[in-house]
Amino acid sequence: MNTEAIKELLYKMADDLLIIGHRNSEWTGLGPILEEDISFSSMAQDKIGQAQALYVLLNDLGEQEPDTVAFTRNANQFHSSQLVELPNGEYDFSLVRHFLYDHADQLRFEALANSSYEPLAKVARKVKGELKYHVFHANTWFVKLGSANEESHKRMQDAVNLAWNYALGMFEESKFEDELIADGVFEGEAKLKEKWLANITPLFLKAGLSIPDGNTWAPVLGGRRGTHTEHLGPLVEEMSEVFRYDPTAEW
Amino acid sequence: MIKSLDPRITRAEIDLENNIEPLRDLDQWETYEVFHQKRRGDQHMHVGIVHAPNAEMALIFGKEQYGRRGLSVNLWVVKTRDVFASDYDDSDIFETVPEKQYREAGGYKVMDKINKYKKGL
Repeated sequence: MNTEAIKELLYKMADDLLIIGHRNSEWTGLGPILEEDISFSSMAQDKIGQAQALYVLLNDLGEQEPDTVAFTRNANQFHSSQLVELPNGEYDFSLVRHFLYDHADQLRFEALANSSYEPLAKVARKVKGELKYHVFHANTWFVKLGSANEESHKRMQDAVNLAWNYALGMFEESKFEDELIADGVFEGEAKLKEKWLANITPLFLKAGLSIPDGNTWAPVLGGRRGTHTEHLGPLVEEMSEVFRYDPTAEW
Repeated sequence: MIKSLDPRITRAEIDLENNIEPLRDLDQWETYEVFHQKRRGDQHMHVGIVHAPNAEMALIFGKEQYGRRGLSVNLWVVKTRDVFASDYDDSDIFETVPEKQYREAGGYKVMDKINKYKKGL
Protein backbone atom coordinates (compact mmCIF):
# COMPACT_ATOMS: atom_id res chain seq x y z
CA MET A 1 0.00 0.00 0.00
CA ASN A 2 1.18 3.51 -0.82
CA THR A 3 1.74 5.36 2.46
CA GLU A 4 1.96 8.78 0.80
CA ALA A 5 -1.45 8.21 -0.78
CA ILE A 6 -2.98 7.21 2.52
CA LYS A 7 -1.43 10.19 4.27
CA GLU A 8 -2.89 12.55 1.71
CA LEU A 9 -6.33 11.01 2.16
CA LEU A 10 -6.07 11.27 5.96
CA TYR A 11 -4.84 14.86 5.81
CA LYS A 12 -7.66 16.13 3.65
CA MET A 13 -10.30 14.42 5.76
CA ALA A 14 -8.80 15.51 9.08
CA ASP A 15 -8.28 19.08 7.93
CA ASP A 16 -11.84 19.35 6.63
CA LEU A 17 -13.12 18.12 9.99
CA LEU A 18 -10.89 20.40 12.05
CA ILE A 19 -11.73 23.52 10.08
CA ILE A 20 -15.48 22.94 9.86
CA GLY A 21 -15.47 21.92 13.52
CA HIS A 22 -13.79 25.20 14.41
CA ARG A 23 -16.12 27.24 12.20
CA ASN A 24 -19.22 25.58 13.64
CA SER A 25 -17.93 26.11 17.17
CA GLU A 26 -17.92 29.85 16.46
CA TRP A 27 -21.71 29.64 16.89
CA THR A 28 -21.36 28.48 20.50
CA GLY A 29 -23.21 30.95 22.68
CA LEU A 30 -24.57 32.77 19.63
CA GLY A 31 -26.92 30.12 18.21
CA PRO A 32 -30.53 30.98 17.32
CA ILE A 33 -32.02 29.24 20.36
CA LEU A 34 -30.51 27.47 23.36
CA GLU A 35 -31.39 23.94 22.25
CA GLU A 36 -29.92 24.46 18.78
CA ASP A 37 -26.86 26.16 20.23
CA ILE A 38 -26.16 23.07 22.34
CA SER A 39 -26.82 20.67 19.46
CA PHE A 40 -24.66 22.55 16.97
CA SER A 41 -21.83 22.99 19.47
CA SER A 42 -21.96 19.34 20.40
CA MET A 43 -21.66 18.33 16.75
CA ALA A 44 -18.73 20.73 16.34
CA GLN A 45 -17.01 18.89 19.20
CA ASP A 46 -17.71 15.59 17.45
CA LYS A 47 -15.96 16.94 14.34
CA ILE A 48 -12.87 17.95 16.30
CA GLY A 49 -12.83 14.51 17.90
CA GLN A 50 -13.04 12.82 14.50
CA ALA A 51 -10.23 15.06 13.22
CA GLN A 52 -8.12 14.06 16.19
CA ALA A 53 -8.69 10.35 15.55
CA LEU A 54 -7.35 10.85 12.01
CA TYR A 55 -4.35 12.93 13.16
CA VAL A 56 -3.51 10.04 15.48
CA LEU A 57 -3.45 7.71 12.46
CA LEU A 58 -1.14 10.17 10.71
CA ASN A 59 1.07 10.22 13.77
CA ASP A 60 1.22 6.42 13.60
CA LEU A 61 2.42 6.80 10.01
CA GLY A 62 5.28 9.04 11.11
CA GLU A 63 3.73 12.51 11.03
CA GLN A 64 4.05 14.86 14.02
CA GLU A 65 1.87 14.85 17.15
CA PRO A 66 -1.83 15.70 16.57
CA ASP A 67 -1.62 19.05 18.43
CA THR A 68 1.50 20.04 16.52
CA VAL A 69 -0.09 19.17 13.21
CA ALA A 70 -3.31 20.97 14.09
CA PHE A 71 -1.86 24.16 15.54
CA THR A 72 1.52 24.88 14.00
CA ARG A 73 0.90 24.73 10.27
CA ASN A 74 0.31 27.75 8.09
CA ALA A 75 -2.88 28.12 6.07
CA ASN A 76 -1.18 26.96 2.86
CA GLN A 77 -0.25 23.65 4.50
CA PHE A 78 -3.89 22.71 5.08
CA HIS A 79 -5.55 20.21 2.73
CA SER A 80 -9.11 21.21 3.58
CA SER A 81 -11.57 22.15 0.87
CA GLN A 82 -12.37 25.85 0.56
CA LEU A 83 -16.00 25.14 1.49
CA VAL A 84 -15.20 24.58 5.16
CA GLU A 85 -13.12 27.73 5.68
CA LEU A 86 -15.74 30.20 4.42
CA PRO A 87 -17.03 32.49 7.19
CA ASN A 88 -20.21 31.37 8.92
CA GLY A 89 -22.29 34.19 7.52
CA GLU A 90 -25.86 33.98 8.74
CA TYR A 91 -27.34 30.78 10.12
CA ASP A 92 -28.82 29.86 6.72
CA PHE A 93 -25.35 29.56 5.18
CA SER A 94 -23.97 27.59 8.13
CA LEU A 95 -26.88 25.14 7.91
CA VAL A 96 -26.57 24.69 4.16
CA ARG A 97 -22.84 24.08 4.44
CA HIS A 98 -23.50 21.63 7.29
CA PHE A 99 -26.00 19.81 5.05
CA LEU A 100 -23.75 19.65 1.97
CA TYR A 101 -20.63 18.75 3.92
CA ASP A 102 -22.10 16.18 6.27
CA HIS A 103 -23.78 14.19 3.53
CA ALA A 104 -20.40 13.87 1.80
CA ASP A 105 -18.64 13.12 5.07
CA GLN A 106 -21.09 10.38 6.01
CA LEU A 107 -20.74 8.70 2.60
CA ARG A 108 -16.97 8.98 2.72
CA PHE A 109 -16.75 7.29 6.12
CA GLU A 110 -19.36 4.74 5.09
CA ALA A 111 -17.17 3.72 2.13
CA LEU A 112 -14.07 3.71 4.30
CA ALA A 113 -15.66 1.31 6.79
CA ASN A 114 -14.67 -1.35 4.24
CA SER A 115 -11.25 0.11 3.47
CA SER A 116 -8.31 -2.23 3.05
CA TYR A 117 -6.43 0.15 5.37
CA GLU A 118 -7.76 -1.35 8.58
CA PRO A 119 -6.90 1.47 11.06
CA LEU A 120 -8.99 3.88 9.00
CA ALA A 121 -11.79 1.34 8.57
CA LYS A 122 -11.89 1.02 12.34
CA VAL A 123 -12.27 4.79 12.86
CA ALA A 124 -14.93 4.90 10.15
CA ARG A 125 -17.00 2.26 11.91
CA LYS A 126 -16.65 4.04 15.23
CA VAL A 127 -18.01 7.40 14.05
CA LYS A 128 -21.04 5.96 12.24
CA GLY A 129 -23.56 6.91 14.93
CA GLU A 130 -22.30 10.49 15.28
CA LEU A 131 -22.49 11.04 11.54
CA LYS A 132 -25.98 9.61 11.37
CA TYR A 133 -27.16 12.17 13.91
CA HIS A 134 -25.35 15.03 12.11
CA VAL A 135 -27.09 14.17 8.85
CA PHE A 136 -30.42 13.72 10.61
CA HIS A 137 -30.01 17.17 12.16
CA ALA A 138 -29.00 18.76 8.85
CA ASN A 139 -31.86 17.19 6.92
CA THR A 140 -34.45 18.31 9.44
CA TRP A 141 -33.39 21.96 9.28
CA PHE A 142 -32.82 21.91 5.52
CA VAL A 143 -36.28 20.56 4.71
CA LYS A 144 -38.02 22.68 7.34
CA LEU A 145 -36.46 26.01 6.38
CA GLY A 146 -36.55 25.28 2.65
CA SER A 147 -40.32 25.16 2.82
CA ALA A 148 -41.28 27.19 5.91
CA ASN A 149 -42.01 30.59 4.40
CA GLU A 150 -40.93 32.89 1.60
CA GLU A 151 -38.09 34.46 3.52
CA SER A 152 -36.64 31.19 4.79
CA HIS A 153 -36.96 29.62 1.35
CA LYS A 154 -35.15 32.51 -0.31
CA ARG A 155 -32.40 32.57 2.30
CA MET A 156 -31.79 28.83 1.95
CA GLN A 157 -31.77 28.98 -1.86
CA ASP A 158 -29.33 31.92 -1.83
CA ALA A 159 -27.09 30.01 0.57
CA VAL A 160 -27.22 26.92 -1.67
CA ASN A 161 -26.27 29.03 -4.71
CA LEU A 162 -23.36 30.53 -2.80
CA ALA A 163 -22.09 27.24 -1.37
CA TRP A 164 -22.62 24.98 -4.37
CA ASN A 165 -19.41 25.36 -6.37
CA TYR A 166 -17.38 25.26 -3.16
CA ALA A 167 -19.20 22.04 -2.21
CA LEU A 168 -18.26 20.51 -5.56
CA GLY A 169 -14.67 21.37 -4.65
CA MET A 170 -14.82 18.79 -1.83
CA PHE A 171 -14.47 16.13 -4.51
CA GLU A 172 -11.20 17.46 -5.94
CA GLU A 173 -9.25 14.42 -7.05
CA SER A 174 -5.94 13.41 -5.59
CA LYS A 175 -2.94 12.52 -7.71
CA PHE A 176 -3.09 9.13 -5.98
CA GLU A 177 -6.72 8.52 -6.96
CA ASP A 178 -6.06 5.43 -9.13
CA GLU A 179 -3.77 3.82 -6.57
CA LEU A 180 -6.19 4.34 -3.70
CA ILE A 181 -8.93 2.70 -5.73
CA ALA A 182 -6.73 -0.14 -6.98
CA ASP A 183 -5.48 -0.90 -3.45
CA GLY A 184 -9.03 -0.94 -2.09
CA VAL A 185 -8.26 1.91 0.31
CA PHE A 186 -10.96 4.28 -0.95
CA GLU A 187 -13.53 4.16 -3.72
CA GLY A 188 -12.48 7.53 -5.15
CA GLU A 189 -13.87 11.07 -5.35
CA ALA A 190 -15.85 10.61 -8.58
CA LYS A 191 -17.84 7.72 -7.14
CA LEU A 192 -18.35 9.60 -3.88
CA LYS A 193 -19.68 12.67 -5.68
CA GLU A 194 -22.11 10.51 -7.64
CA LYS A 195 -23.49 8.97 -4.45
CA TRP A 196 -23.63 12.38 -2.78
CA LEU A 197 -25.76 13.82 -5.58
CA ALA A 198 -28.04 10.81 -5.45
CA ASN A 199 -28.53 11.26 -1.70
CA ILE A 200 -29.15 14.99 -1.60
CA THR A 201 -31.34 15.29 -4.71
CA PRO A 202 -34.52 13.89 -3.09
CA LEU A 203 -33.95 16.14 -0.07
CA PHE A 204 -33.76 19.20 -2.30
CA LEU A 205 -37.10 18.13 -3.78
CA LYS A 206 -38.58 17.65 -0.33
CA ALA A 207 -37.33 21.06 0.77
CA GLY A 208 -38.62 22.74 -2.38
CA LEU A 209 -35.09 23.96 -3.12
CA SER A 210 -33.19 23.69 -6.42
CA ILE A 211 -29.78 22.32 -7.18
CA PRO A 212 -28.07 24.96 -9.35
CA ASP A 213 -28.30 24.34 -13.09
CA GLY A 214 -25.63 21.92 -14.32
CA ASN A 215 -24.33 24.45 -16.87
CA THR A 216 -23.25 26.77 -14.08
CA TRP A 217 -21.25 24.17 -12.15
CA ALA A 218 -17.65 25.26 -11.67
CA PRO A 219 -16.02 23.35 -8.78
CA VAL A 220 -13.75 25.56 -6.68
CA LEU A 221 -10.56 23.51 -6.59
CA GLY A 222 -7.16 23.99 -5.02
CA GLY A 223 -7.97 23.48 -1.34
CA ARG A 224 -6.52 19.97 -1.36
CA ARG A 225 -3.21 21.37 -2.63
CA GLY A 226 -3.01 24.25 -0.16
CA THR A 227 -4.69 27.02 -2.15
CA HIS A 228 -7.13 28.81 0.11
CA THR A 229 -9.27 31.90 0.39
CA GLU A 230 -8.20 34.83 2.55
CA HIS A 231 -10.48 33.46 5.28
CA LEU A 232 -8.37 30.47 6.34
CA GLY A 233 -5.35 32.44 7.62
CA PRO A 234 -7.22 34.37 10.33
CA LEU A 235 -9.11 31.21 11.33
CA VAL A 236 -5.89 29.23 11.81
CA GLU A 237 -4.37 32.11 13.74
CA GLU A 238 -7.34 32.36 16.09
CA MET A 239 -7.57 28.57 16.51
CA SER A 240 -3.89 28.23 17.43
CA GLU A 241 -3.64 31.32 19.63
CA VAL A 242 -3.48 29.47 22.96
CA PHE A 243 -1.12 26.81 21.62
CA ARG A 244 1.30 29.44 20.30
CA TYR A 245 1.10 31.34 23.58
CA ASP A 246 1.82 28.22 25.64
CA PRO A 247 2.54 24.98 23.76
CA THR A 248 2.53 22.99 27.00
CA ALA A 249 -0.88 24.28 28.17
CA GLU A 250 -3.21 21.55 29.43
CA TRP A 251 -6.65 21.60 27.82
CA MET B 1 -20.70 48.34 19.12
CA ILE B 2 -19.67 45.83 21.74
CA LYS B 3 -15.93 45.18 21.91
CA SER B 4 -15.10 41.91 23.59
CA LEU B 5 -12.10 39.70 24.35
CA ASP B 6 -14.05 37.02 22.53
CA PRO B 7 -13.45 37.79 18.84
CA ARG B 8 -16.76 36.20 17.87
CA ILE B 9 -18.66 38.79 19.90
CA THR B 10 -16.75 41.68 18.36
CA ARG B 11 -17.33 40.25 14.88
CA ALA B 12 -21.08 40.07 15.46
CA GLU B 13 -21.12 43.91 15.61
CA ILE B 14 -23.82 44.03 18.25
CA ASP B 15 -25.20 47.52 18.66
CA LEU B 16 -26.56 47.69 22.20
CA GLU B 17 -28.25 51.03 21.61
CA ASN B 18 -30.38 50.13 18.62
CA ASN B 19 -30.15 46.43 17.99
CA ILE B 20 -31.87 44.84 20.95
CA GLU B 21 -35.56 44.11 20.69
CA PRO B 22 -37.54 42.38 23.42
CA LEU B 23 -38.91 38.93 22.57
CA ARG B 24 -42.39 38.87 21.12
CA ASP B 25 -45.03 36.15 21.42
CA LEU B 26 -43.98 33.98 18.48
CA ASP B 27 -40.25 34.34 19.13
CA GLN B 28 -40.51 31.33 21.42
CA TRP B 29 -41.47 27.91 20.15
CA GLU B 30 -43.78 25.73 22.18
CA THR B 31 -42.36 23.11 24.50
CA TYR B 32 -42.12 19.34 24.26
CA GLU B 33 -41.65 16.97 27.19
CA VAL B 34 -38.74 14.58 26.64
CA PHE B 35 -38.70 10.99 27.91
CA HIS B 36 -35.72 8.71 27.58
CA GLN B 37 -35.20 5.00 27.90
CA LYS B 38 -31.94 3.73 29.35
CA ARG B 39 -32.18 0.16 28.13
CA ARG B 40 -34.55 -1.55 25.76
CA GLY B 41 -37.44 -2.88 27.79
CA ASP B 42 -37.10 -0.27 30.58
CA GLN B 43 -39.82 2.28 31.14
CA HIS B 44 -39.28 5.67 29.54
CA MET B 45 -38.47 8.31 32.16
CA HIS B 46 -39.20 12.01 31.97
CA VAL B 47 -35.93 13.95 31.69
CA GLY B 48 -36.92 17.51 30.79
CA ILE B 49 -38.26 19.94 28.23
CA VAL B 50 -37.13 21.39 24.90
CA HIS B 51 -38.46 24.23 22.78
CA ALA B 52 -39.18 23.11 19.22
CA PRO B 53 -41.35 24.01 16.22
CA ASN B 54 -42.36 20.40 15.59
CA ALA B 55 -41.94 16.89 16.97
CA GLU B 56 -39.08 15.92 14.68
CA MET B 57 -37.05 18.94 15.72
CA ALA B 58 -37.91 18.21 19.36
CA LEU B 59 -36.36 14.75 18.96
CA ILE B 60 -33.23 16.25 17.45
CA PHE B 61 -32.87 18.72 20.29
CA GLY B 62 -33.85 16.14 22.91
CA LYS B 63 -31.07 13.86 21.73
CA GLU B 64 -28.37 16.47 22.35
CA GLN B 65 -29.85 17.99 25.53
CA TYR B 66 -30.55 14.71 27.29
CA GLY B 67 -29.01 11.85 25.31
CA ARG B 68 -25.55 13.11 24.42
CA ARG B 69 -23.84 11.39 27.33
CA GLY B 70 -24.71 8.04 25.83
CA LEU B 71 -27.22 6.96 28.45
CA SER B 72 -30.22 6.48 26.19
CA VAL B 73 -31.36 3.96 23.63
CA ASN B 74 -34.66 5.63 22.78
CA LEU B 75 -36.46 8.96 23.15
CA TRP B 76 -40.09 10.04 23.22
CA VAL B 77 -41.26 13.60 22.82
CA VAL B 78 -44.77 14.78 23.66
CA LYS B 79 -46.22 18.25 23.26
CA THR B 80 -46.49 19.81 26.71
CA ARG B 81 -49.99 21.01 25.97
CA ASP B 82 -51.08 17.45 25.15
CA VAL B 83 -50.31 16.37 28.70
CA PHE B 84 -53.46 16.32 30.80
CA ALA B 85 -52.43 16.97 34.38
CA SER B 86 -54.09 16.91 37.76
CA ASP B 87 -54.53 20.17 39.61
CA TYR B 88 -52.29 21.01 42.58
CA ASP B 89 -55.43 22.25 44.35
CA ASP B 90 -56.58 18.64 44.23
CA SER B 91 -53.43 17.18 45.70
CA ASP B 92 -55.45 16.08 48.74
CA ILE B 93 -56.79 13.23 46.62
CA PHE B 94 -53.49 11.50 47.25
CA GLU B 95 -53.96 11.60 51.00
CA THR B 96 -55.31 8.44 52.50
CA VAL B 97 -56.66 7.51 55.89
CA PRO B 98 -54.02 5.52 57.78
CA GLU B 99 -56.30 3.07 59.64
CA LYS B 100 -56.49 0.54 56.83
CA GLN B 101 -53.91 -2.10 57.68
CA TYR B 102 -55.78 -4.63 55.59
CA ARG B 103 -54.68 -2.66 52.50
CA GLU B 104 -51.00 -2.79 53.29
CA ALA B 105 -48.72 -5.63 52.36
CA GLY B 106 -47.53 -5.74 55.97
CA GLY B 107 -51.01 -6.86 56.93
CA TYR B 108 -50.56 -10.26 55.34
CA LYS B 109 -49.31 -13.06 57.58
CA VAL B 110 -47.30 -14.54 54.77
CA MET B 111 -44.05 -15.12 56.71
CA ASP B 112 -45.89 -17.46 59.05
CA LYS B 113 -46.88 -19.60 56.10
CA ILE B 114 -43.40 -19.53 54.59
CA ASN B 115 -41.74 -20.53 57.89
CA LYS B 116 -44.28 -23.30 58.39
CA TYR B 117 -43.56 -24.61 54.89
CA LYS B 118 -39.77 -24.47 55.44
CA LYS B 119 -40.11 -26.42 58.68
CA GLY B 120 -42.14 -29.04 56.92
CA LEU B 121 -39.33 -29.68 54.40
